Amino acid sequence: MTAMLTALKHRGPDSTGFAVYGEPSEGDYVMRVKVAEREDMGRGSGIHRLLEERVEQLESVLGEHGAMVRTKGHATPYALRYVLAHEGDTEKMARHVEELEGVEILSLGNGLELIKDLGDAREVSETYGLGDFEGTHAIGHTRMATESDVDIRSAHPYWAFPYNDVSVVHNGQITNYWIMRRQMEHKGHRFMSNCDSELLAVYTADNLSRGVGLEESLERSIEEIDGVFTYLVATKDQLGMAKDTMAAKPLVLYESDELIAMASEEVAIRAILPEEIDTTDPYDEEVRVWQA
Amino acid sequence: MASVSDQELRQMTQEERVRALGMTTEELTGRTPFMEFDLEAESRFTYPWAPEVNFNKSAELDADTMSATEVNARIRTLMDEGHGRVVIRNPRGMHSLGVGILNRLTLEFEGSLGYFAVGLIDGPNVRIRGRVGWSCGENMMSGTVVIEKNAGSTFGAAIRGGDLVCRGSVGSRTGIDMKGGTIIVGGDTGALSGFMMQRGRMVVCGNAGKNLGDSMYDGTIYVGGEIRSLGVDAVEGELTELDRNWLTRKLGLYDLVPERGVDHFKKIVAGKQLWNYDNLEPNEKKLIL
Repeated sequence: MTAMLTALKHRGPDSTGFAVYGEPSEGDYVMRVKVAEREDMGRGSGIHRLLEERVEQLESVLGEHGAMVRTKGHATPYALRYVLAHEGDTEKMARHVEELEGVEILSLGNGLELIKDLGDAREVSETYGLGDFEGTHAIGHTRMATESDVDIRSAHPYWAFPYNDVSVVHNGQITNYWIMRRQMEHKGHRFMSNCDSELLAVYTADNLSRGVGLEESLERSIEEIDGVFTYLVATKDQLGMAKDTMAAKPLVLYESDELIAMASEEVAIRAILPEEIDTTDPYDEEVRVWQA
Repeated sequence: MASVSDQELRQMTQEERVRALGMTTEELTGRTPFMEFDLEAESRFTYPWAPEVNFNKSAELDADTMSATEVNARIRTLMDEGHGRVVIRNPRGMHSLGVGILNRLTLEFEGSLGYFAVGLIDGPNVRIRGRVGWSCGENMMSGTVVIEKNAGSTFGAAIRGGDLVCRGSVGSRTGIDMKGGTIIVGGDTGALSGFMMQRGRMVVCGNAGKNLGDSMYDGTIYVGGEIRSLGVDAVEGELTELDRNWLTRKLGLYDLVPERGVDHFKKIVAGKQLWNYDNLEPNEKKLIL
């Protein structure tokens, strides 16, 4: 994934994100959380004390909800990784955590771990030690900010409640974003950014939590979401793609019995498969789902 | 042309000159522009700076560690040195390879290319033994390009001349805004192919996606398979003996003639009902009323 995203660096150097899926663990959750934006780290000597306070508050909230911290690690002062044992209402706990100032959960799932930061793929991968990660599938994104800020909050992939192992990357622009967002907010869903791509994560999570299959959710999105888009969705055991009715955004697909690889450009696939292979472009309104 | 003197040509209208010079035999109507060449420039159909190349002199280039800019610059250097055949190995899906070649050249890519492959070319014969990304052959003016595998969207956008051939399937909006030349697809094409096509011919041996030929001004689209839907103002025309002969000959050049021939091909042309501009000349209005 790092090699693929590095090959796509020219598409946008602002930030890079990885949604990686390890072997799902029943009962245990992996929580990736940030307690500040990277730019906050330049705001004087008091920032480290502030981050310590936020972490203390965060762990206090986890304790209140009966979560037991099995392991704790951090790649940067502002990005932490917890493995939690928790049997209560996970969404309620997460909402409580996010009430803390400056704290945002990047992912909380049985299989999903979401890592995103400013910088290119190699820099983010090395900082977070992704070279050692073992898993089944992943999606990633390298971003040029167009309609929202250059910060971790606005970086892809996106994750959402209440189906907590979903992640989304998106290329395009959703033109009924605010209408759809209000509909989702009326249902009680939370948005952490003003990026239209987050809507796809919330929309998918909403569908999956109501028992809609991933394939059907992707098909519905082509009817219900306006704009130009190609997006990928991953869950802990599936990988899917959907392309809008205009087929206005690119996607190149390589498919074999051993590997599925997709990217906006051929050059990313060639970064991991240098030998001559057959690739295709999915057509308009095309939806595909693979089992991980 | 020999039977028409310069004096007579000067006294003709532009349309009359084009016909007298044999530049078109089509019955063009409405706002379709006529192309006219400078009579004094007959011998200058190549660019004055174009290097002389020897097709028996070939060179190979390994692009594995090169940037697209370096590869393109190297192709130019090789042409300046008189090489008429250049083979590029390990193109690794790079973008914009082989663009802007305004010269005769046999150019072969041993692998796949990314976006904007061989755009803005005028003259070379290109063979790509792989696939290409979006916008291959964009604004191509002459020459031939043959792709052995699939191609991305906007294949041959705004092409003006030459033959652009993909043996596999292509993405959406194939031949968008095409102004001439021929696009041939051995497999399927996606939605909105031939969108705002102005001239030229497109041949799709497989199926075509929705809105085929949407808002096309002129030109012809032939489809051997199913058409999901026609676009606005695209209509089915009659496949004539001339069409069948042309299809057989053209597809035969690239070994793409279907087993059951070309009789089943559908021919799509502009209905020309969209030409309802307020500023049409009176004689043009007659044509659409």
